[in-house]
Amino acid sequence: MKIYVPIDAAARACGADMVAAAVVSAAALKGIEVELIRTGSRGMVWLEPLVEIETPAGRTAFGPMTPADVPALFDAPESHPKALGLTEEIPFLKRQTRLTFARCGVIDPLDLAAYEATGGMAGLRRAVATKPEEVVDEIAASGLRGRGGAGFPTGIKWRTVLHAKAPQKYIVCNADEGDSGSFADRMLMEGDPFTLIEGMAIAGIATGATKGFVYIRSEYPDAIRVMREATRIATREGMIGASVLGSAHGFDLEIRVGAGAYVCGEETSLLNSLEGKRGVVRAKPPLPALQGFMGRPTVVNNVLSLAAVPWIMANGAQAYHDIGVGRSRGTIPLQIAGNVKFGGLFETGFGITLGEIVNDIGGGTASGRPVKAVQVGGPLGAYHPVSDFNLAFCYEEFAGQGGLIGHAGLVVHDEAADMLSLARFAMEFCAVESCGKCTPCRIGAVRGVETLDRVRAGDAAALPLIEDLCETMKLGSLCALGGFTPYPVLSALRNFPEDFMPQQEAAE
Amino acid sequence: MSVAAVTAPPAPPAHLAETVAAVLAAHAGREGALLPILHDLQAEFGYVPGESYDAIAAALRLSRAEVAGVVGFYHDFRAAPAARHVIKLCRAEACQAMGGAATQARLERALGMKLGETQGNVTLEAVYCLGLCACAPAAMVGDRLVGRLDDSAIEAIAEEVRA
Ligand SMILES: Cc1cc2nc3c(=O)[nH]c(=O)nc-3n(C[C@H](O)[C@H](O)[C@H](O)COP(=O)(O)O)c2cc1C
Ligand code: FES
Repeated sequence: MKIYVPIDAAARACGADMVAAAVVSAAALKGIEVELIRTGSRGMVWLEPLVEIETPAGRTAFGPMTPADVPALFDAPESHPKALGLTEEIPFLKRQTRLTFARCGVIDPLDLAAYEATGGMAGLRRAVATKPEEVVDEIAASGLRGRGGAGFPTGIKWRTVLHAKAPQKYIVCNADEGDSGSFADRMLMEGDPFTLIEGMAIAGIATGATKGFVYIRSEYPDAIRVMREATRIATREGMIGASVLGSAHGFDLEIRVGAGAYVCGEETSLLNSLEGKRGVVRAKPPLPALQGFMGRPTVVNNVLSLAAVPWIMANGAQAYHDIGVGRSRGTIPLQIAGNVKFGGLFETGFGITLGEIVNDIGGGTASGRPVKAVQVGGPLGAYHPVSDFNLAFCYEEFAGQGGLIGHAGLVVHDEAADMLSLARFAMEFCAVESCGKCTPCRIGAVRGVETLDRVRAGDAAALPLIEDLCETMKLGSLCALGGFTPYPVLSALRNFPEDFMPQQEAAE
Repeated sequence: MSVAAVTAPPAPPAHLAETVAAVLAAHAGREGALLPILHDLQAEFGYVPGESYDAIAAALRLSRAEVAGVVGFYHDFRAAPAARHVIKLCRAEACQAMGGAATQARLERALGMKLGETQGNVTLEAVYCLGLCACAPAAMVGDRLVGRLDDSAIEAIAEEVRA
């Protein structure tokens, strides 16, 4: 009997290890031979810990499980109170287009044979047999844009590095994932690390880079452990190393760990950190593509950008480009979080509306109260009111509405949310996390907190100052930390002005 | 109450020089080795001892001030050891949306201390997102992650660190 229990950090945070232990002991007690396989997460976090049993018809799911629910799995699984039927038929999964996350939650993340058996390595095999220029062309033709926030076309970035002449070039994977509401990078690294490694190796072949780094935030100990182990295995098996799949291409990979600084997700700050310096932002130009790590040509890409690459190489640029809308092509792994009934990861083509995401897929709020605001794209993203629910999820529409999609994390807030507090939090976060290099961000954010405190105290004259301050931060900051903090602040103010009015004394 | 006691520079740990030398040797030749070195030292001692700065600076051809500047920049690196139990409560947006402020108040009450304090065996600090935003509110107790932090989970944490 084959039983699957996730080893993903969110599943573990909800008790998956205890459930796995209960599976082992209940099976022993009943004398049933069980093969327990720990997988990544399917992404239905509200159902974690999700247990699956293999049947002739396919895998069947049970969740959310507690250790006490386990023994009954061995009696009459069909009538188990937590039975959910065939996993693949659960609407939340069935409605997705899972390309990047196809294997996540399905296989043992460190089983390279299972990785290959489920389609892994096909992209890399094609890449080693293709001219670098043509690999770059393929990625460019797919329409893939950076998933880390800025949405820069990945093919163009790679082409710049390919044509740069230097004795050593680098691929740096940005796994700093500091945005609240985001966890796709974590899930992928924990649940299917070889996909990321394959994407990085392809990037190396395409650009002539022979050394790669994955910079993972220290808040992700599980992802760090899995990536280190996967790197060891991939090197041992010749997937990477001195000769990638027996070819003339070499690609060495090293896992590095951040040290608790949000700004180190910004690419130039990340490069400084990787070099062992304070994580301060560098002025651009020069672009990292030309003068990146140690001043040498460097591709800096988000986890999801790189993890999309193997599928594109295996299935062709056109197949990827066929999905999506406008200039937002392919799939986007949405992360639905906060006060929401069905929170988790939902990979789908661009173009789905915000309302569908929050209401149909997310099921509305967990509290059952009406939705008040949805922050899209992390701490630098705008607070969208329900009247924005017709917006299609893509780079252009959100930019047009004074927002951004960022890393595609969505945080739902119900009626209880106090938008003035959330605006103040955005300023405070910026003040704490500012690298300190530019004044509008370092000082502006501190003034922002003080000014919002005046608003709270009933000083209506402080409101125009907020607008001015945001303008200065937008125009004068060196990077998007100071530059985009005005998004959450001003969207809160514009969309929910009543929360910024002087508090009415309770009429007695 | 013992906040001051922990922030005062601790006495240098035993075998400091040998341990620092071993860590430096393990990273010799690595590009940009400073953060990996600091992480290893903190794993070894529970903090980055100021007494190690000169040796690090010499090995990496930096000034002592540069090493201190890097240690000071990052939230993770400690100048003094944390308590035996470190509880990190997420205070970022998704956890706020799930009643994070009330969770903080309940946790503070259960532990009898405020966020940002160290008392006896326990350090309670804020963290900004643990990637558990779909099972918020979330916390980290030692290296164990806890999601869906409700009253019984808070009670269990308080119990655990009292033991
Ligand atoms: C303050 C700040 C934080 C950022 N954090 C991240 C992050 O955690 N992960 C990420 O991939 N990109 C982050 N970015 C964006 C990066 O600077 C960069 O655009 C990205 O890594 C490029 O990769 P991509 O083209 O694949 O998106 C951040 C930017 C800023 C200004
Ligand atoms: S916001 Fe708390 S875990 Fe992400």
